[in-house]
Amino acid sequence: MEKYILLDHGSGGLASQNLIGSLFLKYLKDPVLQQLEDAAVLPAEQGQLAFSTDSYVVDPIFFPGGNIGELAVNGTINDLAMRGARPICLSLGLILEEGFAVAELEQIIKSIAAACDYAGVPVVTGDTKVVPKGKADKIFINTSGVGIIEGGIDVTARKAQSGDVILLSGTLADHGITILTSREGLQVGGNLQSDTRPLHFLARSLVKDFPGEIHTMRDPTRGGLGTTLSEIAKTTGLCMEIEEKAIPMQPEVRAACELMGLDPLYLANEGKCMVLAAPEHAEKILQTMCSTPEGRDSAIIGRVSAKHSGRVVLTTVSGGTRLVEPLSGEPLPRIC
Amino acid sequence: MKYVDEYRGSEYVSNLTEKLQTLSSRKVRIMEVCGTHTMSIFKHGIRRMLPEQVQLISGPGCPVCVTPSGVIDAFVELAGRPEVVITTFGDMIRVPGTGASLMEARAAGADVNIVYSPMDALELAEQKPDKLVVFLSVGFETTTPTISATILEAARRKIENFCIFPANKTMPPPLKALIQDPELQVDGLLCPGHVSIINGSESYRFLVEDHNIACVVAGFEPTDILLSIIALVKQVQENRPAVENCYSRVVTPEGNVKARKIVETVFEPVDSEWRGLGTIEASGLTLREEYGRFDVTRRLEIQIVPSSEPKGCLCGNILKGISQPPDCPIFGNRCTPGSPVGPCMVSSEGTCAAWHRYGDLS
Repeated sequence: MEKYILLDHGSGGLASQNLIGSLFLKYLKDPVLQQLEDAAVLPAEQGQLAFSTDSYVVDPIFFPGGNIGELAVNGTINDLAMRGARPICLSLGLILEEGFAVAELEQIIKSIAAACDYAGVPVVTGDTKVVPKGKADKIFINTSGVGIIEGGIDVTARKAQSGDVILLSGTLADHGITILTSREGLQVGGNLQSDTRPLHFLARSLVKDFPGEIHTMRDPTRGGLGTTLSEIAKTTGLCMEIEEKAIPMQPEVRAACELMGLDPLYLANEGKCMVLAAPEHAEKILQTMCSTPEGRDSAIIGRVSAKHSGRVVLTTVSGGTRLVEPLSGEPLPRIC
Repeated sequence: MKYVDEYRGSEYVSNLTEKLQTLSSRKVRIMEVCGTHTMSIFKHGIRRMLPEQVQLISGPGCPVCVTPSGVIDAFVELAGRPEVVITTFGDMIRVPGTGASLMEARAAGADVNIVYSPMDALELAEQKPDKLVVFLSVGFETTTPTISATILEAARRKIENFCIFPANKTMPPPLKALIQDPELQVDGLLCPGHVSIINGSESYRFLVEDHNIACVVAGFEPTDILLSIIALVKQVQENRPAVENCYSRVVTPEGNVKARKIVETVFEPVDSEWRGLGTIEASGLTLREEYGRFDVTRRLEIQIVPSSEPKGCLCGNILKGISQPPDCPIFGNRCTPGSPVGPCMVSSEGTCAAWHRYGDLS
């Protein structure tokens, strides 16, 4: 195998076959994928289909706590999970830059395979293209996923109701701050790590154990919790009231945000789930979330009301109140 | 988090707001000069904790906001030149002049880089010897010392492909201009904490002695700000204006003499145009002749075209504290953080951006 990706590897000819055989299929072992047919054929299942797609262009491609490969697997699984679906398969589309190191590609494919194994969701179809040097940045990944929503499950922003509790499955802004600091080469100290992980196990236990009570689930990725809550507030015309004090955050993430002048409410999360649920069993729902490894730091962070229609209102640690608007533009560090 | 929680806790804050409530007996107009204060006041929801009699007015203390659009147009034009690499602090990049922003220039192929320190720009110049690396030198007393140190370092290391575009400004001249404005009628100033670290609290003495204005230097946490507002209200109600330093954990009366000396070595005062306020005597900084080779405007042919403010925009009055953002007919509709029209909306520290982002819940 060559050391670097060549244009030939995307030609569809022998070099492509070699790359598929000696690298992709070495790690991605699903029998449907191994058939190398034009389309994956899977048995039809009862229920509704959930279908989602996402592209991953993160820079740097390797970061503390993960890499672009597992991010691409977990990200699409999470989008399916947030609708209460059981993810069943993924597609994997790669756009590689000519000259990209094969060793790095191998490392990424390995972690894609590991993430798929952990989640129990296989890659069943794939595609690779190579573009000339400078026309892409090392590697871009697209994953699409299909999931099954079993009868009776209906999780959507439209089901949010006044009185619902707002829960968050763990600490805020871990991924966003890790990417920003590693991209800028800033040494902030502490142990900043991306939180990339699949949420479908957690989501499944919630929708199964509390049928009808889990109204809305969202993973606050790009745009952060602030933007996600704003979207729900706008869609429903309800007011999302959250408590700054109640939002779990790692001390080093808080410190890094303070130092860089960034608001953690607008930074990305890649393994956190926000849940709007009926208040009757809020404590039990919280316990269920806390009993899972991905939700052990879960907390109730607020409540849905009708107070300020379509708005998100934050009570600050100082006891003041303010609006939380959706993010506009990338978060940028300030002059002073 | 240490040094943060102690200054934000609701138990400390509510003690201070109660004290302020019982203390306030007459209307007091306070201007917070600094953009970081404006943001902090909004971010922590302080405005809604204040008694009705205490009115906060946001001042001109956001360096991005007060940079004239003609200067921003010149930044963008410069960015388009193939031999130039632009380096800038992050929040300058989205600011539109009369046409495009640096972000749009970058999309069109310009080499525009965000740096965290002008020293990073100098490193970039060393890595790109065939390019002219230009640092867009925007900021008040807080950033000018590091920029000065970078110029001295460039001279010492003989890095000749490094320049700055000087657009630095100083705080005392616009304060003097503002408090003389008969429309404004300010009783006291919440003086900028970071600027005061460099200038020292004594730099406000002239405002007290010549203009009878209460001056309190404030930190940026909720308790810092409330404590300083209490001090201001007391001064105004007792009619004994003075310079008080409520940020003594970092601000001294004399300030950072060494930093000021470095600035004086490299820069000299010059008349400067402030967006929304007009030209103010000796309120800007330009490089001294000795360091003139590091000034891109002397090295290349650069035109700064004077420009007028966009139609309908009230930023001139907002920067002077005469109007508030919701008074502006284009606020929140034609002018938003996503597509800003006026200077106060462009930077995250701008008054309009703060109102828009953190809102008025009343």
